[in-house]
Amino acid sequence: MTILTSLAKALAAYSMTPQQLTVYRHLHISSKPIVIVPLTLAGETNAPLAAMVGPDRARPTLIVTRQPRNRAERIEFAGRLASELLFPIETAAQQTQATGPGPNARLRVVDAPQLWVPNPAGIEFIRTLGRMTRLRFIEGPWAVPKKVRDLGIWLTWFAEQAEFADTGALIAATQAIAAVWATGQSDLEDGNLAAQMAWLAPPEGMDVAAAVSRAENPQLCPPAGPSTDPTFDRLFLEPALRDLATARNPAAHNAVHRRLTAMLEEQMRPTWELTWTAIDLLRDVPEAPRVPKRWEQQRDRFTSFHRYVADGGRPQAKRDSAGRSAQRLAELEQRMAAFEAQRAYDDPLVIADHRLTGEAFAGQVVDVDPARRVPGLRRNMLRPLVTVATGDQTHLDVGQHVYDPARNGQQAVIESVTETEDGWRIELELHNQMGSGLTAKPGSVPTLGEDVTYTSVTETFVRRRPWPTRDETPWTHGGPPPDSTPVVEDAAEDWS
Amino acid sequence: MSVDERLNALRGTAPRKPHNARTLAALAANPGCRRRTLLDAAGIDKGQIAQGLGVRISIGQMSSIAIARGKGFEAKVKADGCAELLRLLREHIGLPVAEVHYHDLNPADTDDRITSRLRRSQRALQASAESNEPTGTLFDHPILQLTVNGVQVRIEPDLIAFKLGNQFFIVEIKSFAILDGTANSGKVAGAAQQSAVYVLAMREMLQTAGLDPDMVSDQVVLVCPKDFSNHPVAELLDVRKQLATLKRQLDRMESVESLLRLLPPDLSFDPRLDAAGRPTRDPQELAAAVYQVTARYSPECLDACELGGVCRAEASGMVPVLGRVVREDLGGIDSIKEAVELATGLREPDAGQQQVADLLRRAYGMRETALGAVR
Repeated sequence: MTILTSLAKALAAYSMTPQQLTVYRHLHISSKPIVIVPLTLAGETNAPLAAMVGPDRARPTLIVTRQPRNRAERIEFAGRLASELLFPIETAAQQTQATGPGPNARLRVVDAPQLWVPNPAGIEFIRTLGRMTRLRFIEGPWAVPKKVRDLGIWLTWFAEQAEFADTGALIAATQAIAAVWATGQSDLEDGNLAAQMAWLAPPEGMDVAAAVSRAENPQLCPPAGPSTDPTFDRLFLEPALRDLATARNPAAHNAVHRRLTAMLEEQMRPTWELTWTAIDLLRDVPEAPRVPKRWEQQRDRFTSFHRYVADGGRPQAKRDSAGRSAQRLAELEQRMAAFEAQRAYDDPLVIADHRLTGEAFAGQVVDVDPARRVPGLRRNMLRPLVTVATGDQTHLDVGQHVYDPARNGQQAVIESVTETEDGWRIELELHNQMGSGLTAKPGSVPTLGEDVTYTSVTETFVRRRPWPTRDETPWTHGGPPPDSTPVVEDAAEDWS
Repeated sequence: MSVDERLNALRGTAPRKPHNARTLAALAANPGCRRRTLLDAAGIDKGQIAQGLGVRISIGQMSSIAIARGKGFEAKVKADGCAELLRLLREHIGLPVAEVHYHDLNPADTDDRITSRLRRSQRALQASAESNEPTGTLFDHPILQLTVNGVQVRIEPDLIAFKLGNQFFIVEIKSFAILDGTANSGKVAGAAQQSAVYVLAMREMLQTAGLDPDMVSDQVVLVCPKDFSNHPVAELLDVRKQLATLKRQLDRMESVESLLRLLPPDLSFDPRLDAAGRPTRDPQELAAAVYQVTARYSPECLDACELGGVCRAEASGMVPVLGRVVREDLGGIDSIKEAVELATGLREPDAGQQQVADLLRRAYGMRETALGAVR
C-alpha cells in the first residue's frame, strides 16, 4: 500500500464516502460472468453444503447436498456443479476466430468464461474442490462420471489462473472492488463483502454508517462464505441435518430437505445479490486502454488449455514438479511486472504513486532539440534532446532508462539532472519510436510547453534462456520428475 | 493491598476466566495493549464486558458442528490409551516407542480444583523428568503455569505431553486438515504460537524445580486429519522462532504491578451479573471504567479480542482504525480529520509532521488533478 492509498482511506473515512484509487478499471469484465456462491460444512475439509451458481442474476441455480458428509453426495454435488460450468466452458470453446490474417494465425476463442466468487476464501474453495475431484478415475471400482473429473481439472486451472495479478479468469469480488475503491475502514473489514459493499451501495435510504453496522450483524447479513455463521449452524443447520439423518421415510426426508434448501438459500441470496451489484458497479468504471489486449492473452490461455483437456490431457499433479514450479514462478513475476507497468501507463493515479516514490516524474518541456543527431556506427542517428522541468522528487539519475507512457513507452535516457529553485531540470535523450528517417515522425517528439511524464517502470519483456525439458531437469532440482498419473489410492481417497 | 487482591477487586463478583494458550498468544501479538494485559491478568471475561457495553462479539465463536467434529477427531486419536497416537509417533515421526505409560491428568471430578490439579501435574512431570526410565510416558491434560506480567498464570492446555528418554514433546491435536502435505499457513502459525506457550510454560516449570529446561523439545508434534478424511497424520513443527518471539514479548510487557499503580484504587470492571448471568451495570459507568485503561487498537484485534468492537468504537475517527499500514504511512498523525486537513492544506503541520504533511499535500494534489481530469 502507498501514501495515496492511505490518503484515499483517510478521505473516505472523513467524508464517509468511498474514494477512487484508480481512474480506470484494469480488469476485464465479461459480458456474461458466471457467479458462484459456495457454502461448506464447518469443521470439514471442503465438504460442500450448497452453492448458488449461474450467469443470470434473476435465475440462479441452487445446488444443495442431501448429506454433506457422504461421499456419494459430494460426487453428486460436483456433478451438478459440473453441469452448470462445463456447458459455458464448452460453448465458449466452440466459437473461435483466427488471431490474424496469414498462414501463421492461430485460433482463439471469441470470448472466454469468467467466474466470480464473493471473496478469496471462495477461490480457495474452488481450488480445494478441484483437488478433490480431478484425481478420480472414470472407470473401475471408484469410478465417477467423467464430468466430475473434468470439473476438477477446470476448477484447478481457474484457481491457478487466479494467482496471477492480471487474471480475468476467476475473480474474488472483494479484491476487485478493493482495487478500484478505498473505503473508510481497514482491509480486514473490507474482506467482508457485505461491509465493503455497505460503503459502495448502501441499502435504499440508509447512510453508510448504519449500513456498515447492519452488514456486520451476521443475522442480517449472512457471511459471504464458504463458512457459515456459527449461530446459524447452531440454531438452524445442525437441527436440520439431524432431522435429515433421522427421517424415517422419503416423504419426511423430502420435507426436511426442502426446509434445509430454503434456509440455505436465505443464507446465500444476499451474497449472490451483492456479488452481482459489485460486478455492475465495476462495469460502470471506464475500462483502461490496455485491458482488451490482456483479455486477448487470457483468451489464448483458455483456448490452449481447452485443447489440452479435449486431447485427453492428464489432471494436474498433486504438487508441481520442480520444473513446473520454476516456470510458474517466472510467469507469475513476469505477468505481475507487466501488469504493474501497464496499469501505470494507463492510469494517472497509478503513475502518481510512482511519482511519489520517485520512480517517475511529471513536468513541462522547457527546451527541445527535435532534430539533434549523433554519429552512429555507420551513419548519424536521430537523438532528440528534451529538457523537462519538474517539481517531483525523483530518485532517477543520469544514465537511467525512462519511458513515456503517453508515447507507448518511448525510451529515453537521462543525460543530466540539475537542481533549480523550484525543482529539477532533467535532460533526456529520446531513443526510439520516431520512425526510421532522420527527421522524427510528427508527434513522436514532445513539443515545447507540453506536459509530459516519464517513468522507469517498463513492461519490456526480458527474454530468458529456454527452460530445460522435463527429461533434462537438473539433479539440483531432483532430476526428471516421475509421471504424475493419478493412482488407485488417489481415486479411492477417503472423504469422510 | 497485594497485586492479587487488587486484581480480584477489579474483577469483582464475576467468575474468574483463566488464561489459555490462545489468549496468551493473542496477548503476545499485541503486547502494547494495557487494557488487554490488565483485564486478562485479572481473569476478567472480556466477552461479558463487551456485552455489558452493548457491543456484539463474534470472535471466539466456533460452529457447534466444527466443535463436534474436532472433539470426535481428538477422541479418535486418544482412544484406547492413545493407541492411534502411538502409531503416529512411531510411523510418522519415527520415534522408537515400544510401550508407554499413560498418565491421566484430567480432572477427577467436577470438584477437582485447578490448584490441586496443578500440583498433581507438576509432581507427575517432575517425577518423570527425574527418572531415567527408558519407556515413554504420555501425560493427558496437564495443568501448566507461566509467569506473565509478573503474575503466575495457569494454563489448561488441551494437549498431551509425551516423554521419551529424557525429552518431552508437546503433542497438539488440531482438526484442520493437512492436504497433500501442506496446511493452511495461518492455522499452522496459530498452532505453532500456541504450542510455543506450552513449551515455555513447561520449561519454566522444570526450571523452577531445578531441572534442565531444555528437556522440553522445541519441536512440537502436530496431529491433524489427512486430506479429506478423518484419519490422523502427524508432523513435527519447529517452534523455535515462535518461542523467541514469545519470550521477547513477555519480557517487554509492562508488569501488572506498574499498570495498577496508574489506576484509581476503587476501579472495578464488575459487570454485576444477575442470577441469569446478564450484566446489570450501567453501560456508561462500565465504559468509563474500561476507558481508564488505555488500549492499543488495530483492526487485527477484531479477530483476536472480545473487546475489539469496544476499542474500535472508542478509536473511531482515529488513524489506527484504518489499519497498521495506514498508521505507519501517516506516522505522527493521530486523527483522520488531522490527516485530511494536512493534506488539503487547512492545517499547518507540527514540528514532527513536516515530512508526512508534504507528502500528503503532494499526493492530494495529484489525486485532484488525476480525478479532476475525468470528472
